[in-house]
Amino acid sequence: MTVDANAQPGDIVLRLSGISKNFGALKANDGISFDLAKGEVLALLGENGAGKTTLMNILFGHYVADAGSIEAFGAPLPAGRPAAALDAGIGMVHQHFTLADNLTALENIVLGTESLFSWRADTKAARARVAQLGADFGLAIDPTKRVADLSVGERQRVEILKALYRNARILILDEPTAVLTPQESEALFATLKKLVARGLAIIFISHKLNEVLAVSDRVLVLRQGKLVAGRMTAGATRAELAEMMVGRPVPAPKVEPQAAGAELLRLDRVTVLGAHGRPELDADLSLHEGEIVGLAGVSGNGQAVLADLLSGLVQPSAGAFTMFGEQVTSSDAAGMVARGLGRIPEDRHAVGLIGDMSITENMIAERYRAAPFSQRQLIDWKAAKAFAEDIITGFDVRCPGPHATARLLSGGNMQKLILGREMAGDPKLILAAQPTRGLDIGAVGYVHEQLLKARARGAGVLLISEDLDELLALSDRIHVIYRGRLSASLPRERFSVPEIGLMMAGQGFGDSHAA
Amino acid sequence: MRLEPRVETPWTIWVAAPLAAVAVSLVLAALLVLWSGAAPFSVFGLVIKGAVGSQFALFETLTRATPLIFTGLAAAVAFRARLWNIGAEAQLYGGAVMAALLGTGLLPLPAPILVPILLIAGAIAGALLLLGPTLMKTRFGVDEVVTTLLLNFIILLFVSFLLEGPLKDPMGMGWPQSKKVIDAAHLPKLIQGKRLHLGFLIACAMACVVWFINTKTIHGYEMKAVGFNARAARFAGMKVDRVMVKVALLSGGLAALAGVSEVIGLKGNLTLDLSPGFGYAGIVVAMLAMLHPLGVVAASIFVAAMFVGADAMSRQAGVPNYIAHVMVATALLTMVVAMLFTRFKLKWR
Repeated sequence: MTVDANAQPGDIVLRLSGISKNFGALKANDGISFDLAKGEVLALLGENGAGKTTLMNILFGHYVADAGSIEAFGAPLPAGRPAAALDAGIGMVHQHFTLADNLTALENIVLGTESLFSWRADTKAARARVAQLGADFGLAIDPTKRVADLSVGERQRVEILKALYRNARILILDEPTAVLTPQESEALFATLKKLVARGLAIIFISHKLNEVLAVSDRVLVLRQGKLVAGRMTAGATRAELAEMMVGRPVPAPKVEPQAAGAELLRLDRVTVLGAHGRPELDADLSLHEGEIVGLAGVSGNGQAVLADLLSGLVQPSAGAFTMFGEQVTSSDAAGMVARGLGRIPEDRHAVGLIGDMSITENMIAERYRAAPFSQRQLIDWKAAKAFAEDIITGFDVRCPGPHATARLLSGGNMQKLILGREMAGDPKLILAAQPTRGLDIGAVGYVHEQLLKARARGAGVLLISEDLDELLALSDRIHVIYRGRLSASLPRERFSVPEIGLMMAGQGFGDSHAA
Repeated sequence: MRLEPRVETPWTIWVAAPLAAVAVSLVLAALLVLWSGAAPFSVFGLVIKGAVGSQFALFETLTRATPLIFTGLAAAVAFRARLWNIGAEAQLYGGAVMAALLGTGLLPLPAPILVPILLIAGAIAGALLLLGPTLMKTRFGVDEVVTTLLLNFIILLFVSFLLEGPLKDPMGMGWPQSKKVIDAAHLPKLIQGKRLHLGFLIACAMACVVWFINTKTIHGYEMKAVGFNARAARFAGMKVDRVMVKVALLSGGLAALAGVSEVIGLKGNLTLDLSPGFGYAGIVVAMLAMLHPLGVVAASIFVAAMFVGADAMSRQAGVPNYIAHVMVATALLTMVVAMLFTRFKLKWR
């Protein structure tokens, strides 16, 4: 496959030549060169860890490349200085927003552009300019609202406005749709089209193939730090891009139809109150043997609370919570483990594993109190090590050994460890919260395979995910969660992206809970 | 110049880091010695001679190290679980008060019974003194750094009140001091006629006990897990608050043993100057030992040697013995920097 990394038409606004960056033995970027032309959307496609974010951090001056140079608008860009990148007209919208929650949208936009020595900001002119930009590009926001009160989609618009306000001519968007509903993503794409029509150049970083196909003019594929492929988007197919990204054909997960069995979990109007006594969750849910129930929703709509409830980290304040036919009145994490619930937490770094401890120590974290791992309060490290070794071989964890520090493993291997720990007792009920977030395609396939295997042996799985494609591929039924409430479930034959997308935005939930 | 995270820390770094920290602090101290007009090498020579140069000096150093081992262990246990106990000074006095209260004739028991009772009662007092701030932390989120630090001053004033009132020695010529403890309450000397007492061996034994708890028991495992990542520990089913209470009881008890051992091993009574900051020095010791209980013994002996040696040196060389404070303090600062290099490496570019 030839790498066609050169922009075809128009003027070149950005040129990267031979960018390399190593982190220890890891080649994060290996001799990457490409051009960006005025008026194009260039998609940078690659799996997690392929080096996309590193490359953009070099471009934006957060990192200094070990080798290579960057030219913006014909002039060399000094390395290691974000201010220089800003001055050169490069704007970046990070995956995790960099906004001050306690300031208004307008204050965030002008932040850093005012002179340090002027007494007052020229708010009027700034507001007029922001309104103009908003009208031109379909980026409507209320500039007087505090960022804390804005929705995620609005915050992203503020980020883009911030870049435009600084006269960005090149806009970099890092995984911009990760937090958006399908409809919000559509609106973002419309904005991007308007921007390139005005002559901006856009780099769109993503690992979602559909989006790359929908929005980009040209696509470059990164794999293990190298630029492996490049082509015009027109005429490309999903399967083709996936293969370019992974380096081999990617099979879709196969879900064999099977009948659901007895009820394992039932929530009847189970309410969880938040810090201010407001209900954060008000859920009805039923889960049976041998089925995967998907939970779709925009992040922050109560998925985490539901996961915490089932993990035994928060208490229900009302409603009937039944698990394996028994009423759960007060729950704690140890109790949930004892009941035989397998729990895959959303954040494997902060919650799933204790990064500074060894694999062995992590693997016994839920079982160290009982034999064979401890007797009379003394830990049997031999038994613990054997258990860890079993998990390492059984789940194909790539690591130096059970003594290795968990923090040093890749995300995929960490997730395999957690899977191994949780599946060790053949749980009848599995809670999988964002189990594939941030994993490369190989590891994603492995996680899916394990969940399907559990389903095949009759376990019930609650799959919480922000990746709609994943839910559509694996679930027998899908609920949508919006502001803490669950929709009725859609059976597999009624799955439709537009319908689920509208529900994710609140349609069909009434507005009794609307803020 | 940039810092890059280490993928793996070779064991040589773990050994080299504290040694390098001590070396740098010696160099910095040498500059001060030069400034005061003395020759650094002869001054350091005198410090070493004064610390370990004779049998007398060596025993004196070990005597001085004894309370530091207890308070160092207290800090090491607490810090490992991320319970920031800055109140070892208060807990030390808590133990000392119990020793003075029960050991001055209130319990007329033979030594083999009385001494263990005093040690245990003292430890309980210290444990309770740390339990309060810990419960305030787990229940209400009150910062234990503030509460334990302020408790030091409260307890010191309370001891001052006791020594002017209820515990005042009627035969003490008006000095604020307690009565002498009875003979049966004394910790035996290890060698006839020397000041070194059984407390030193008890301290070393406690270091072994803490090491055993840390590495072999589920309690030590829980404390480590909670210290490294309390959220993950809670998710795995550990009762984080209960673990914190265990840590508090152990840490407070250890610190209190320093007070008991000073009263019944060395001083014989309770005074307001019983501790010249052993509680705070314990933090330095624990950091120098990188929180390892056996390392605490070594670090305590190092810190004690600095103080004992500097005292001897100042009598001969005329350099103020404050130099010991400077050296220990800079050793702490350089140690913090050295710890950084166990996790990061320096890259020039």
